[in-house]
Amino acid sequence: MTDQSSIKLPEASRRRFLQGAGATSLGLVVGFHWLPRTALAQAKAAGEPQMMNAFIRIAPDNTVTVLSKHLEMGQGVYTGLSTIVAEELDADWSQMRAEGAPADAKTYANLAFGMQGTGGSTAIANSYDQLRKAGATARAMLVAAAAEQWKVPAQDITVSKGVVSHAGSGRKASFGQLAAKAATMTPPAEVPLKDPAKFVYIGKKVARIDSRAKGNGTAQYTIDVKLPGMLTALLQRAPQFGATVKSFDAGKAKAVPGVVDVVQISNGVAVVAKNFWSAKLGREALTVEWDDAAAEKRGSDQILAEYKELAKKPGLPARKEGNVDEAFAKAAKIIEASYDFPYLAHAPMEPLDVVVKLDTQGADIRGCEIWAGDQFQTPDQMNAARVLGLKPEQVKINTLFAGGSFGRRATTMSDYIVEGAEIAKAIGAKEGTRGAPVKLMWTREDDIQGGRYRPMYHHVLKAGVDAQGNITAWQHRIVGQSIIAGTPFEQVMVKDGIDATSVEGAANLPYAIPNMSVELHTTRTGVTVLWWRSVGSTHTAFATEVFLDEIAAATGQDPVALRRKLLTRHPRHLGVLNLAAEKAGWGKPLPAGRLRGIAVHESFSSYVAEVAEVSLKPDGSWKVEKIVAAVDCGQPINPDIIRAQVESGIGFGLSATIKPGISLSNGTVEQSNFHDYEVLRIHEMPQVEVHIVPSREKPTGIGEPGTPPVAPAVANALMSGTKQVYRALPLPATATKSA
Amino acid sequence: MAIKFTLNGKPVSLDVDPDMPLLWAVRDEIGLTGSKFGCGMAQCGACTMHVEGQPVRACSTPLSAIEGQKVTTIEGLGGKVAQAVQAAWVKHEVAQCGYCQSGQIMSAVALLSDNKKPSDAEIDEAMQGNICRCATYVRIRAAIHDAAKTVRA
Ligand code: FES
Ligand code: FES
Repeated sequence: MTDQSSIKLPEASRRRFLQGAGATSLGLVVGFHWLPRTALAQAKAAGEPQMMNAFIRIAPDNTVTVLSKHLEMGQGVYTGLSTIVAEELDADWSQMRAEGAPADAKTYANLAFGMQGTGGSTAIANSYDQLRKAGATARAMLVAAAAEQWKVPAQDITVSKGVVSHAGSGRKASFGQLAAKAATMTPPAEVPLKDPAKFVYIGKKVARIDSRAKGNGTAQYTIDVKLPGMLTALLQRAPQFGATVKSFDAGKAKAVPGVVDVVQISNGVAVVAKNFWSAKLGREALTVEWDDAAAEKRGSDQILAEYKELAKKPGLPARKEGNVDEAFAKAAKIIEASYDFPYLAHAPMEPLDVVVKLDTQGADIRGCEIWAGDQFQTPDQMNAARVLGLKPEQVKINTLFAGGSFGRRATTMSDYIVEGAEIAKAIGAKEGTRGAPVKLMWTREDDIQGGRYRPMYHHVLKAGVDAQGNITAWQHRIVGQSIIAGTPFEQVMVKDGIDATSVEGAANLPYAIPNMSVELHTTRTGVTVLWWRSVGSTHTAFATEVFLDEIAAATGQDPVALRRKLLTRHPRHLGVLNLAAEKAGWGKPLPAGRLRGIAVHESFSSYVAEVAEVSLKPDGSWKVEKIVAAVDCGQPINPDIIRAQVESGIGFGLSATIKPGISLSNGTVEQSNFHDYEVLRIHEMPQVEVHIVPSREKPTGIGEPGTPPVAPAVANALMSGTKQVYRALPLPATATKSA
Repeated sequence: MAIKFTLNGKPVSLDVDPDMPLLWAVRDEIGLTGSKFGCGMAQCGACTMHVEGQPVRACSTPLSAIEGQKVTTIEGLGGKVAQAVQAAWVKHEVAQCGYCQSGQIMSAVALLSDNKKPSDAEIDEAMQGNICRCATYVRIRAAIHDAAKTVRA
């Protein structure tokens, strides 16, 4: 296991990392780091690509490459970030390219984290000002270069669609032609930014920068990296969380043709081979005896039973207003419900993988190069450096496309990176394999059983209502594991025992209720947990929004009308609620056998309401036919990508709405691959309609916020038609209709 | 004994474990990496290739089973149907992480090669074996309908 105490993130990250859904704006301090002049001064014969600044490179062939400090794992950041640059640069869209920036926290920190990393739907939000400025500055340098070359005043020069022109003299030049000279210009300290009314790319549809490569097999993922002499490793990990290697017999594994070595590392025993197939056969032939003394041996049923017991007692306060006990005593009616959520695996399509190449001299390790769909470059660099006895800057990270992540690749433990580095170090210590690059691959079984799940949660809610149906008191008790405890983020994100990610979406419930108590019991199990697309909101949105519909039903109120009444002080929640309700025809009669349900939820400072339309057959079987979503994520950068992300977020959330999660028996995960850890397939995908609220507010994230409302909207639809309650995910495949 | 087959129109001969799945033979031995690994047990479709024009899960097809046959991967796609499908994929901006998309496209091309006007139900049937964790299904469906129109034109 990685020793967390040894990584220290930069001071700035102690501020408000993923500061939680509750924040209304990221409140970023925009830092802007130019490449040191020496780096610019190096080289640069006219035939070479020129760095205009840390984010923009212009080549003689007139391509403009944006160095993306954010991982492209599907959310369209390469396109979104390039859009911002192209806008201020006045580039032509066809000349734009993007690639992963190197690992360098000083230059490429996520300004919301204070370290380099992607997550929390922050990519656009934290880059918007920074890249506008980078683009505008590079444009000013191109203009200055043209002015000098043509001996005309800079203010007479115009730039449009990648062409720099001087009307008076009729001169024109491409960015590529001017880049070499422009790179030597002093960047202006202040540059004017465009008036948003003049935007030509931002807010419009531009073609995704990565579509073509991803449609013809040429897009490069970590799994595709091939280096001379590269070996492939598979790691046999313990069957229970916390178990360790007692002994192993590598005899049969080593006899498999193609197997080169078998090495023990802290997380298990690795079989290193010439190719994947040999490594797989080798691993199957390996026998390992495990020491389970420290292992988690409980089953998930037992853990849940313990959570339910715990929920009977008050937890630590996450929010306290008024006096719920007094209000309950006076209430005309008390409504109570509890909700359960299983562990969930992220299961990105590309299982975790990393390529590690050591630079060795004799037995000494001089440096290290890593290829990965790297989501947390700063901790990954630090952890790899620690394993290898290097300084972080001696670890070079090449960030490639990632075949999905949904949070899985963002761990401060750097689990798969550390495994790769340890294996590289172990084989590097031996003469025959010294310096050989190694690709560590996780199989799907490794992925499903490998932990770092969305934690299991149990919620208990209690509301008091008066005779008029007003909610007078709301008590919400949450029981589950902390994602943050034991990580370097603990200091900032766990306050007075409350992990902000355990209660986000609940502690900041927007509804106007005079007496409110939100409490948390943080539990410990050996099962490793992690953020999963939309983090705390994956369970808090369901518990709060379904409970609200239960209250609406118990008090004879329309779910939309009740929400409107409770959201008068939250215009952005109200805006999406009304838009979704209107577009879905809320209140209009539905065909027989069709049901509607709604949910509204803010996460990562973006507001989303979804109306689910569900068909219910007389035998109780049901299907989600359509989701109408309304989103407010501030200034839309690329509406088509926003739509795509909402579609994707809905599909991801719906998967966990209808498919079972991860369960454990005696500490062992019971699922192993897509046959028993099922995920949403095409026939289960509803139609999706996405409506975007026009806005000039600062842009906020969209990778995650589409996910939380879908499960409660679907449950609420079923509840409306069956008069049954749905208090656990996944929802039952058959909804029983009351007589 | 070497196993011989045709890959993207070129003869190949591989002297490897005949049980080695076609996917790993093509990726690791031949070096074509457009076909992906997602599950290794015919559950996800990321590895989909065409063998004699039919979509197969290459992760679960031993090399010995394709002796003498014609294999096509995403890299070897060509012709009217493939062009229509790949153009529709770009037009509808289907790909997100993109990792499943080689497999999706291979399945879609196989579908449209047999059926120039698939219904939604037929698309569901043909594409159900291809998982997309980014849930790009809405656009996959739209792109297939669109490509079908081009193919019919
Ligand atoms: S990798 Fe072949 S079907 Fe999943
Ligand atoms: S595009 Fe990511 S899995 Fe399909």
